[in-house]
Amino acid sequence: MTLTVFYLLSALSVFSGLMVVLSRKAVHSVLYLVFCFFTIAGHYLMLNAQFLAAVHVIVYAGAIMVLFLFVIMMLNLNLAAEAQKTPWIKISAVILSGLMLLVLVASVKGAEELSAAQPQNDIGLVKNIGNILFDKYLLPFELISLLLLSAMVGAVLMGRKEPQPQNE
Amino acid sequence: MYSTPYDYLPMAIMAAVAFGFVAVTMAATHLLGPKRKSEVKLDTFECGIESQQNARFPFSIKYFLIAILFVLFDVEVIFMYPWAVNFKEGGLEGFIEMLVFIGILLAGYLYIIKKGALKWE
Repeated sequence: MTLTVFYLLSALSVFSGLMVVLSRKAVHSVLYLVFCFFTIAGHYLMLNAQFLAAVHVIVYAGAIMVLFLFVIMMLNLNLAAEAQKTPWIKISAVILSGLMLLVLVASVKGAEELSAAQPQNDIGLVKNIGNILFDKYLLPFELISLLLLSAMVGAVLMGRKEPQPQNE
Repeated sequence: MYSTPYDYLPMAIMAAVAFGFVAVTMAATHLLGPKRKSEVKLDTFECGIESQQNARFPFSIKYFLIAILFVLFDVEVIFMYPWAVNFKEGGLEGFIEMLVFIGILLAGYLYIIKKGALKWE
């Protein structure tokens, strides 16, 4: 049963991942990527990592993909103005992604047997994460708020035009 | 507390029902409804304002700023889940820890409000 769910989820994530690359329209790619993130959240649940699954759905599928959509809308992707792909770009892309594939395959081959369907421990549960986070890793946790604060200030400073009183 | 993937079966059923409802509704309306296609009916419209060009054109950075701020507060919310689950065990200490976290972010929120970043002029 668990193995069946795993294969189903894997097929869905591979399919949606391929569709991200293959679909011609950028917005469709983003929607497939959202679906892909949901299936990966399913994988996290199968690995008994509740917290990661929740983070993945809320932050990645929710917030980051909204950003992606906004970026796509800002990029002025008219169909007529599609980027010219010279042979050199194509060749270098093939070489780069081939190297990437090599690294991925090598790392998976070198790893110990991946037991996806049998979660071994329950460190990934929200309760246990909280126990560690508010005890052992309290300082990093509080520093995160400073990091978020600096990100907020940076976003406001960069994204906001200073008010110009003369032409209001 | 141990959890197995089987514990998520209700969630899987719920997700399947939600997706299925949408899919069935869309298919049913497509199949059942009468089709009267006319030029006016198939025209794109936006609240009665005549459309100017296609949808792919750059728009104001203000939308993006709000999206970024949304992401930041979203990340903040993530840390509230483990806190809420451990609320009783954490006691006063845990409460104060979270208060410091929220306090720093509240300073950021006040900064955003003061700067008028959320104002739409």
